[in-house]
Amino acid sequence: MKPLVQIRDLTIGFPQDGSVTPVVRGIDLTIHMGETVALVGESGSGKSVTARSLIGLSGAEASVGAGRFEIDGQSVLGFRERDWRRLRGDKIGFVLQDALVSLDPLRRISQQLTDAAGGSGFFRRQNAARDNRALLQSVGIPDPDRRLAQYPHQLSGGLRQRALIATAIARSPSLLIADEPTTALDATVQKQILDLLAERSKAGQTLLLISHDLAVVSRLADRVLVMRQGRIVEEGPTRTILTAPEHPYTRQLLDAVPSVRSRGFRLSAGSEPEANGSVEARPAERLRIPLPPKRIDETSLVLSASHLVKRYGGASGTFAVNDVSFHLAAGEALGIVGESGSGKTTVAKIVLGLVEPDSGTVQIDGEAWSHVGEAQRRSRRASMQLIAQDALSSFDPRYTVEQIVGESLDTVGMFGEARRQRVGEVLDAVRLGPSFLKRYPRDLSGGQRQRVAIARAFAPRPRLLVADEPVSALDVSVQAQVLDLLAELQAASGTSLLFISHDLGVVNHLTDRVLVMKDGRVVETGQVEQVFASPHHSYTRALLDAVPVLA
Amino acid sequence: MSAVPTTLARRGVRFRRALHGLLARPGLWLASLFLLFVAVATLWPGLLSSADPLAADPLQAQLPPSAEHWFGTDHLGRDVFSRVAHGARYSILIGVSAVAIGSIVGSALGLLAGLSRGLVDEAISRFLDVVSSFPDLLLALVLISFTGPGTLNLIFALGVAFVPRFARVVRAQTFVIARSGYVEQARTFGLTPTVLVLRHILPHALAQVPILATIGLGSAIISAAGLSFLGMGPQPPAPEWGAMLAEARNYLRVAWWIGVWPGVAITLTVISISILGRRWQASFEGRRAR
Repeated sequence: MKPLVQIRDLTIGFPQDGSVTPVVRGIDLTIHMGETVALVGESGSGKSVTARSLIGLSGAEASVGAGRFEIDGQSVLGFRERDWRRLRGDKIGFVLQDALVSLDPLRRISQQLTDAAGGSGFFRRQNAARDNRALLQSVGIPDPDRRLAQYPHQLSGGLRQRALIATAIARSPSLLIADEPTTALDATVQKQILDLLAERSKAGQTLLLISHDLAVVSRLADRVLVMRQGRIVEEGPTRTILTAPEHPYTRQLLDAVPSVRSRGFRLSAGSEPEANGSVEARPAERLRIPLPPKRIDETSLVLSASHLVKRYGGASGTFAVNDVSFHLAAGEALGIVGESGSGKTTVAKIVLGLVEPDSGTVQIDGEAWSHVGEAQRRSRRASMQLIAQDALSSFDPRYTVEQIVGESLDTVGMFGEARRQRVGEVLDAVRLGPSFLKRYPRDLSGGQRQRVAIARAFAPRPRLLVADEPVSALDVSVQAQVLDLLAELQAASGTSLLFISHDLGVVNHLTDRVLVMKDGRVVETGQVEQVFASPHHSYTRALLDAVPVLA
Repeated sequence: MSAVPTTLARRGVRFRRALHGLLARPGLWLASLFLLFVAVATLWPGLLSSADPLAADPLQAQLPPSAEHWFGTDHLGRDVFSRVAHGARYSILIGVSAVAIGSIVGSALGLLAGLSRGLVDEAISRFLDVVSSFPDLLLALVLISFTGPGTLNLIFALGVAFVPRFARVVRAQTFVIARSGYVEQARTFGLTPTVLVLRHILPHALAQVPILATIGLGSAIISAAGLSFLGMGPQPPAPEWGAMLAEARNYLRVAWWIGVWPGVAITLTVISISILGRRWQASFEGRRAR
């Protein structure tokens, strides 16, 4: 049988400063009917633009070339916009990463489904309402009649992603492309979406998955293509790729996934892997570099919070945080896990003194921290630092890296030469050379920005570090580097770490104790190994179940 | 690879691109050139015209444009070109001063409103609503009817009318930036509120003020000319463009040049300023100017 998609020697380039910069440099891609193929690589590897070229949406400026480019037996080389339009939706459905952006906020779900189904006026489908209901049911949206009348913002993230998938499959396309379909979602919701895709795939749907996370695609894909810098570096059946990766880059991607086995070890390789695939270590014997040991001083409590309560919207408002207590010893790392809306960020803000709790107290180094005036707090603030989720928005865009990092030294009174030296020191610790000093945040990559944020946080030698989802916006491989840095610096400096995340794998890798939060309450707490090995609460079990593991 | 040469090279490319863009857009080019003339006329009107704008010569009244009197002479025999050239000073001075008052007072009010919540914000915002509910010109007329005509009073009245447009923008910007990630982060460093405002809020909140001021300058000049036309501004025989238009009204049939040239000067100045202002705004917002 003829393959659904057959591409030979695909090159895509974009014009830049007068010449064409190639982003895809000659790749072959074949997708057979009923197959699930995954394209894996980090940001900038060219995987998304490859997927977009399949529906002719790689952009007006892109120059696409190929030795052979056939979809369903028809060559699409030289296709014009009009020709592509016949293909889109009908032959190929496309699911983008962010459903909130991809769905029109002013149109009801039913309208969007009807739009996607195509046809208008006389050609409108007779049974649009019934079709739409069936579509929503097929993507597992309960109570479809209610949802059809709603607008995208009224749906939760998971339902929205389902609705988006429904629009993509409205005309039963032969191929469904999903570009990072779960990256913006919580672990449990991610699992539901992956299950849904798996279901479609079982029902015979041909799928092309794009992701930076091998663990995510390993659940679904029959075949994996690993892409790097515009080239396919390794290709094979999923099982082979996972168990016997040949290319060092594939191994690096696999190692980057935090898991039970990776605990206490570095996730990223110390140096760039060798260029060729001649290293013969089998995966089981893959070399792991251990992390430096931590010194935890149980007797000295850096942070203790007791019975924190915070309500938004007055006395009758909803509880954001409801009776939360915990403590953190010197040098210890405590993880707070929960989904969006579980109250974990509010806890972080209370600890940082940015939000006052309605009741309950926070003590820092044994002294009262909550319910004291800001003037009294100010001098103590240098001892606690924040690493925010979105590093870029936490930088003043007018500031250079040097100024950004240096600013945290204001309150410890470090200026002039001493400051320059300390800034250089911490930047060096996060492996950013002196050439970064004069750069502006917008010129940095996501990983570099987060490293600057880490350098800034460590600069005044804080006793306590609060990290609010510091890696959730990063690629797996970049995440690995950032986590390694955090772990290393935390161990070396003896700083206590309050680590907030929705990703259990990351928490397991980095922290000593864990607090599981749901709807503002703590549902489970304990040593990480213990909680992960034998979770008591059903919610913890559901969370654990949702962590993507390398099969 | 060191970063410095790359930045320099990039700067060179940027400069060349900017130059190229300027040449590709004749409107921008002509506007800049015209404003250069206006600037010269404002600072050294004597360079453009040696004739005395106030020297009347009844024997030379109402002469059409000629080699000797480029724009002709008016009903009192004064050189129109010289009067137009010397008039630039009035228009620009009144416009710039009025906008300066409006932008400084407006920015201060906007900043105050944006930083304080509750009563102060409410009071300032409602006050701005009241002020901006009157058209600029009407409000200025009302104020001048209290203070009496004159250049300084005109500047003051227009300045007040211009306060809301600056205050509104600055208030909105301040409001957003005060809640931004980097301000929150700076709070965790334990910086005092004063440092926080001066260092992180003020520069961003005021970033658009110069652009707004440039665009506002055009309307300020029109309003100033309009009020002068009504006799509320500089008094005769001052060669103010609006006042010149008012005087020329009676002679339009017999000597069109007395009225047309000041009118052309007002129009071109305002259009030129507007072109440059819009272009600046577009580049600031990262859009390409049409």
